[in-house]
Amino acid sequence: MSATPIAAQPPVWRRLIGFNMLTGLALGIGGWFLGAWIGGQMAVGHPYLQGTDQNDVGIYMGYLFAVIGWLVGLGFANYPIGRLLGRAPSLRHHETGSWTRYFRLCTDHKVVGIQYLFGVGIFFFIGGLNAMLMRTELLRPVEQAWPASQYLTLVSLHGTMMIMMTSAFILGPFGNYFVPIMIGARRMAFPRIEALTFWLVPAAGLILLSAIAFGGIATGWTGYAPLADEGRAGMDAYVMSFILIAISLTLVGLNLMATILTMRAPGMSWTRLPIFVWSVLATSILMALAAPVLVASMTMVLMDRAANTSFFVASVGGSQYLYENLFWFFGHPEVYILALPGFGIVLEILPVFARKPLWGYRLAVAGMLGVTLLSFMVWQHHLFVSGMNAGLRPFYMLTTELISIPTGFIFLNAIGTLWRARIRFTVPMLFALAFFFNFLIGGLSGIFLSDVPSDVTTHGSYFVMAHFHYTIVGGLVFAFFGAVYYWLPKMLGFELNETLGKIHFWLFFVFFNLTFFPLFAAGFLDMPRRVSTYAPHLQTLNIFVSASAYVIGLSMLIFIANLIWSLVFVRQPAAENPWVSRGLEWQVPTPVPIENFDRIPVITSGPYEYGVPNAPPVADFAPGALPAAGR
Amino acid sequence: MTTIAGEPVPRHGVRIFAIWLVLTAIAVPLIVLVLGPHLPPPHMTVESVDQRNANIVMTALLVPIALLVLVYFIYSFVFFRETTDAIVDGPPIKGHAGAQLLWIVLTSTIVLALAVWGSYTLIAGAHGAGGGQGPDPAAKPTGYQHALPVQVIGQQWEWTFRYPTYGGIETRDLAIPEHTLVAFHVTSLDVTHSFWAYELGVKADAVPGVDNIAYVNPRHTGLFQIRCAELCGLWHGHMSKKGRILASSAFQAWISAAQKKNASIVKYLPKYSRVYYPAPLRRAG
Repeated sequence: MSATPIAAQPPVWRRLIGFNMLTGLALGIGGWFLGAWIGGQMAVGHPYLQGTDQNDVGIYMGYLFAVIGWLVGLGFANYPIGRLLGRAPSLRHHETGSWTRYFRLCTDHKVVGIQYLFGVGIFFFIGGLNAMLMRTELLRPVEQAWPASQYLTLVSLHGTMMIMMTSAFILGPFGNYFVPIMIGARRMAFPRIEALTFWLVPAAGLILLSAIAFGGIATGWTGYAPLADEGRAGMDAYVMSFILIAISLTLVGLNLMATILTMRAPGMSWTRLPIFVWSVLATSILMALAAPVLVASMTMVLMDRAANTSFFVASVGGSQYLYENLFWFFGHPEVYILALPGFGIVLEILPVFARKPLWGYRLAVAGMLGVTLLSFMVWQHHLFVSGMNAGLRPFYMLTTELISIPTGFIFLNAIGTLWRARIRFTVPMLFALAFFFNFLIGGLSGIFLSDVPSDVTTHGSYFVMAHFHYTIVGGLVFAFFGAVYYWLPKMLGFELNETLGKIHFWLFFVFFNLTFFPLFAAGFLDMPRRVSTYAPHLQTLNIFVSASAYVIGLSMLIFIANLIWSLVFVRQPAAENPWVSRGLEWQVPTPVPIENFDRIPVITSGPYEYGVPNAPPVADFAPGALPAAGR
Repeated sequence: MTTIAGEPVPRHGVRIFAIWLVLTAIAVPLIVLVLGPHLPPPHMTVESVDQRNANIVMTALLVPIALLVLVYFIYSFVFFRETTDAIVDGPPIKGHAGAQLLWIVLTSTIVLALAVWGSYTLIAGAHGAGGGQGPDPAAKPTGYQHALPVQVIGQQWEWTFRYPTYGGIETRDLAIPEHTLVAFHVTSLDVTHSFWAYELGVKADAVPGVDNIAYVNPRHTGLFQIRCAELCGLWHGHMSKKGRILASSAFQAWISAAQKKNASIVKYLPKYSRVYYPAPLRRAG
């Protein structure tokens, strides 16, 4: 990708030395031992720490110093120290270079996008592997494959890993890579912060995985206190990684918001903004407002565990409701942090392959902003039977049901766009259409949960589990793969094999539904979530579900095979605009040059003007005839 | 047939509506009459019957909505697909104010009706619908003052039950009398559990330091399943046992036997209280 001649590059081993991932790992491990030692010194004289078999202060200090070492090793201290020493600010040296820039601090938004794609992808597959191991346990109604403690750790790792990683599943890779290009900008508003948001993700992921070595996690992804207070040291890993990921999400939100608000090219009015960018804007608002609340609740758990406070211990005046409120005040907007980028992706893909303008553009924007607003008002529907504020239940029932109105707009957009269209069933289009099928079931099953009498039956059962897997896997993950097949030719410059793509899609779609639809029935037949033992008469159902889940795993292997086959062996260069899309991101060369545009383009038309007679091109890329402002 | 640009165009809208109408006319009676009686929970109490009715109404309402979207999508895949390899643009329709307004009005009506109906059944009809309502229930059934109080205590990893009107005895089995309003007072000694009696239609979180009340009206005798519905640690999945609804006379016999059995140990139990505050557990796993 780099234009630098090969002869000018130093030998490979020389390039391993410097501020990169290896140095980060080494300093991170060193930081762990330093921090653990400092924590050990701090614990002296505090009997509640010394009297137990684990010193949470030492563990937290170890993680803290490990993260600092990791970031310093990657080069995050260089800029502030350089500035202190009087060096002029510049991004240049971060953005050029060979393949090594993918393994160190790089402020090019396209490099960060690809780092996110592979980084988050790896954790996504680890989370998926956990799900396969869980389904193996559930083949029989009694504990067999794993002891109960390991099963719970698998459940918790699967949930936490997936929630943490899928929060940045679309905004990380595609938001970072394409938002600046789609709005006609050269980079993000805060490029160093952008790099930081990515490099916190592997740190959080590795810390979470370290829970396995510290006795595991027994709380599931929700980490309810006071169960979290009494958990083994693995809980510290959960708390620390969630804090890191929440900081990362907050910064991603602020960065994308600032970029979209301030860095649009001339002519990129709000009504010409691609719908994907609208969804990113809505999501970034949610991230910036909701993720800090998670930091607060996790810090309280940290204090309860390390400093002997009692925010959540009832017998000394704490309240478990405090945790539930804080957690779900983050947790419900989080659900829409997961769902909204999916809405954006599918509405971005539909017009291209329906060859029609996006039907009801303003309605789609209103829908996304409506969801953003309402998502902060529904969190207590997770607590309908908790005994808190029972008098407010009709209010939360109302707001929860209201949120289906703006969500319904997205369906109307799809219906209108498909009306008398010229649909082409490419792989990205298949994934986008499957999104609507899955999200329809996911959304309508949510109405059951919003109604209190019905929720009393289904709360905490597999019905809930099936519901949110339909919205998150069926919605977000399908949209993610749609985006992968749609945008990867631009990001990596190579075509993906279409036949393998279609096999991946059909296996995933069919067996996704065969896995999760029966689980609605399991919930209706009183199977609670997160159990390693269940009623024997549900065994046939569970074997069927496990078998289907394994086929989902197989479909993911086919996807990986497709990636390796297309990117390593065939290497068929992709056309610059293989889908004949009007999107601005498809009008730039492949691979995209370092600062995207020679000149900032002037946007002359909306991105969805398919079939509009005499529609102007989407942008003027050499606006020389216009008065040059400040050039 | 209408025409666009001189060419006849089939009336897609009418066709889609007709297909949907036929499918809905078949599906809704099937749901109400055939599927409905099998929807959960089983009808052992007034509350579980209310919950089942809610499930039937919502399934019958939501399946037509799903059918409408599905019929439209499948129809469009068949009739609006590009049959050649050429990339041809479709008609540039950007929206339709009337269709958008109709959609908003329809979805809002359905949603508001659902919310009003749900609130009515929760408060006036079902008196809390068997869900935990906290220490001061907002929806009280008639005669709640004379309800039989049964305290449900969750701890890692066992349910126990205290009967304050029968000397505060504590048992490991749950039995309640038929045709008597029962008030479950659910609480916990350690972490959050959730008391789930499936056939009774009762679910109430067991929260340390909170007296979470749920009312239930048993309709006939039989066994019911008790589970924990909130992850509470290692043996969460094992917190299950069977409870019984007994005829009044059988319940009296059972409770006096239990009182006799408990007589020697009841003085060692903590005094009956709405909540208990044992010393906080740390590091129990």
